[in-house]
Amino acid sequence: MPSLKDLKSRIASTRATRRITQAMKMVAAAKLRRAQEQAEAARPYAQRMERMLGSLAGGVRPGQGGPKLLVGTGRDDVHLIVLISSDRGLCGGFNANLVRQTRRRVAQLIEDGKTVKLIVVGRKAVGVLKRDLGSRFVATHEDLIKPAPAFEHAHLIASKILEMYEAGEFDVCSIVYNRFKSALTQVVTEQQLVPFVAPKAEDGQAAEPELRGAVYEYEPSEEQILADLLPRNLAVQVYRALLESYASEQGARMTAMDNATRNAGDMIDRLTLTYNRTRQAMITKELIEIISGAEAI
Amino acid sequence: MAEGKVEFELVSPERLLMSRAVDMVVVPGTDGNFGVLPRHAPMISTIRPGVIDVYEGRTIVERIFVAGGVAEVTPQRCTVLAERAVPVSEINRAEVERQLANLREDIRDAKDEASRKAYEAEAAVAEAMLKAAA
Repeated sequence: MPSLKDLKSRIASTRATRRITQAMKMVAAAKLRRAQEQAEAARPYAQRMERMLGSLAGGVRPGQGGPKLLVGTGRDDVHLIVLISSDRGLCGGFNANLVRQTRRRVAQLIEDGKTVKLIVVGRKAVGVLKRDLGSRFVATHEDLIKPAPAFEHAHLIASKILEMYEAGEFDVCSIVYNRFKSALTQVVTEQQLVPFVAPKAEDGQAAEPELRGAVYEYEPSEEQILADLLPRNLAVQVYRALLESYASEQGARMTAMDNATRNAGDMIDRLTLTYNRTRQAMITKELIEIISGAEAI
Repeated sequence: MAEGKVEFELVSPERLLMSRAVDMVVVPGTDGNFGVLPRHAPMISTIRPGVIDVYEGRTIVERIFVAGGVAEVTPQRCTVLAERAVPVSEINRAEVERQLANLREDIRDAKDEASRKAYEAEAAVAEAMLKAAA
């Protein structure tokens, strides 16, 4: 049986832990709100970009040439996977889910005889994957997303992707990240970046029926605009993934810390109960000793 | 939507900067400036670093410096997607001049063609910014 002193110090340390997890939960909640706002603020740009690309890409028929980013290289031998994880831990299954999904995907691709290359963002996934997939890393970014995702971060990653694509170092590129569904749930999502996949027709297009089929004038030329827009779109998609991932991270951390706080509370209750019982038992024991001593006289 | 107005929207990757109905906007297209009035023919144009003038009646109510992006014009609206956008009144001349000086040095010290090109593009943006603020 643990002594009273032991119990007391355990209660004290669990209290301290609870205080920390509680604070982390609050911080995550505040950051989550900011991250969500940021993600929402970035949405109009991505949407309009998609709408524009959709109408442009519709004009380019497959097999008609067009920019490589749109039509692809015609092969799919080398896959580049961009993985967005977090730099800091204590966020539940956030990184574990991501890594598991990526491992599965990589294994499947290798089985199909493809070559896989990885760009890993975030200290956590780098650390975990380095041992078995380290040889497939082409770039890693640790502590990049600081203090919050900015467009420059996305730009940096996107230009690396473009550079590799120009050099013919891969055929298909996709990005794996945690999509933000709610503060409680994050969904590991894989999205193809290269070649560009036109988004499905959304409600936005139906809103302007008089425009459908209308002929746009292009200045300078359609090809040049596409060549300009496609790399931009890549950066925007990466940016969106970064934002989603960041919001997810905060959500996951908030949930994890909420659980930890609750567990700490339960533990404190249990320990306090044991402490009180032990104290009672000791008092009773002492009383028995005194009484039996008195009776013996 | 008000009759005889253009729905003007300026969006940067970070946020929606402006969304209002205006009488006319002048956009710095790659092939020259173009003014957008209501019922403009639909077009898509890339933009060069320069200033967007927003007109309310005959007066300019807003001047915004933009760099890198595209403009989409339809009969009802004008949407500008800009990678960077700064209101002209907020341009810090000293700051930009310092950046420009740095960039010029970078251009001189650039090791390969690609990075020199990138620096030159940056410098062109900074120069356009200074001109806008003048």
